[in-house]
Amino acid sequence: MAEPGAAPVDDPAGGPGDQPVFRVENVAKRYGAVVALSDVSLRLGKGEVLGLLGDNGAGKSTLVKILCGFHKPDAGTLILDGEPVEFRSVEHARSLGIDIVYQDLALVNELSVFHNMFLNRESVRWRLLQNRKMRRLAKEHLAAIGITNIRDVGVEVAKLSGGQRQAIAVARAVTSNAKVLLLDEPLAAMGAKEGALILDLIQDLRANSDVSMIVIAHNYAQILEVCDRINVLQHGRITFDKPTAETGIEELTDLMVTEYRNARRQLGNAAS
Amino acid sequence: MVTTDRPSSTSTGADEGPARRGTTWRSLLGAFLRRREASVFIVAIGLMVYFRLSSDVFLEKPNLVNIAQATAPGAIVAVGIVLLLVSGEIDLSVGMVFALAPFLMHYAADFYGVPPLLSILLALVVSALIGLGNGLIVCLLKVPSFVTTLGTFYVLFGVVLTTSHAYPAEIPPSMEGRIQSWLGAANWAELIWCLLIVGYFHVVLTRTRWGIYTVSVGGNLLGATEAGIRVNRIKIGNFMITSVLGAFAGIMEAFRVNTIDPNLGGGTTVTFTAISAAVIGGTALAGGSGTIVGALLGALVLAELQNGFNLIGISANPFYLILGAAILISMIANQYLTRLRRAGET
Repeated sequence: MAEPGAAPVDDPAGGPGDQPVFRVENVAKRYGAVVALSDVSLRLGKGEVLGLLGDNGAGKSTLVKILCGFHKPDAGTLILDGEPVEFRSVEHARSLGIDIVYQDLALVNELSVFHNMFLNRESVRWRLLQNRKMRRLAKEHLAAIGITNIRDVGVEVAKLSGGQRQAIAVARAVTSNAKVLLLDEPLAAMGAKEGALILDLIQDLRANSDVSMIVIAHNYAQILEVCDRINVLQHGRITFDKPTAETGIEELTDLMVTEYRNARRQLGNAAS
Repeated sequence: MVTTDRPSSTSTGADEGPARRGTTWRSLLGAFLRRREASVFIVAIGLMVYFRLSSDVFLEKPNLVNIAQATAPGAIVAVGIVLLLVSGEIDLSVGMVFALAPFLMHYAADFYGVPPLLSILLALVVSALIGLGNGLIVCLLKVPSFVTTLGTFYVLFGVVLTTSHAYPAEIPPSMEGRIQSWLGAANWAELIWCLLIVGYFHVVLTRTRWGIYTVSVGGNLLGATEAGIRVNRIKIGNFMITSVLGAFAGIMEAFRVNTIDPNLGGGTTVTFTAISAAVIGGTALAGGSGTIVGALLGALVLAELQNGFNLIGISANPFYLILGAAILISMIANQYLTRLRRAGET
């Protein structure tokens, strides 16, 4: 079966030396009668930052939750480092090097900042939490990625601002040594200053580490500058795939708006 | 007693609020008031002072034994209730497990000749399975825990009455003597077990993964799931812990009163006492936060009220009226103090 030199037949990422770290092939997902994803294929190169754009309801969150092991796809394959994988759970996906910042952040208001940062990966000794160690590490991690506006990591997350919460959720995923990082709407609920902080963070990671990222957003103007390539998800399919250098805000705006105009025109035609 | 040694200094500090003292004093006071258990602690001490002033015997040894014995079973059950409330669930059936467990032990020992300790263990295991059933119905079949455990409550009630023919039973002869006194009959036995259990689960809730996950599950169920926490395992586990603690408290109480009675103590009384203790102690019904030490103090407050009213000589009829009013007042005071505490934090 394994012929010598049998490189992946139609690998759009390029030559055999440029194998994508993560590939999604023909993934579909439906909830009852609602088709969330009809047929999604995408690829993510090593160290690449892929921007995934789409309107509300295009299926972005569903796709992300499949990629991180939270949902199981109805059809299709996920290929990690050339090996087909089936995620049994979020923990399983994480153990294989895929980590995520959820849109809703998955923070527990009643727990402290450092407990949230180590949620489900606590340091334990003799079955007791090593709070002092986690506290210190949390402080170090936050400082290392330039988040300095959280003075006390012992404070309950409920007491923090939206941006601070986002920063903690990002810090939690960033410091887990993931191969692939999924960021679902990382700029939601952020002020301009805090948004810039997260964008700088992504920029730093792109420059200084091997981690590959998929950044989901509906406000593409902000994330265009940090992405290497842009995909657009519409009606459960990828309809657009270009390097950022070859596209721009105008083209993307056209793409998004044209769809809306077409739909409107069709409605108008149907009505007349 | 638990409560007399530590805070005599702090409790005097509470009424010195307006007076300007050194900063250490104020920060000590602040640190104390910031604790969730502070308000119920003050109430417990206040009641103790009030009843001591009203009745000379309130703090004498025989009466302290009474208070300890009235506190312990409720507090033990309340430990489980706190774990469940924090994880966003509730168990109304635990009072009936409390009534059923000593019968299970009695059936095993007297009808099947099972050795004493093994019969007790058997009763605890069956109770754990009852908790497992509750948890599975709640987590997998998605029936709200209030309804599920209400159903279980009546099912177990039926089981108790049917199997016992509604007659009390004697403590199995094989258990009389050492086992009976170690497991409840000796003066301080219940209290000692209660303190061990409270201490253990306080550490579990505040210092272990299980505790953090319990808080997470009750505070943000979706978030906990997204973080990869096995939320059903946590909830089901807490249902099982609650049932086992209910069974253990029921067995000890049977040993103490020296009879196994289908109508004594178990049922709604225990359930309500435990929930009251948990809530008075500062555990939120909404899930996500709670304190086990607070629940112990809550049970102490209830026991003090009951015992103190008895000593003062309030007749049985208006007793519940006053108890109810006392619960309401202490809860209102609790809310007020909580607000003060919040204000102190920022």
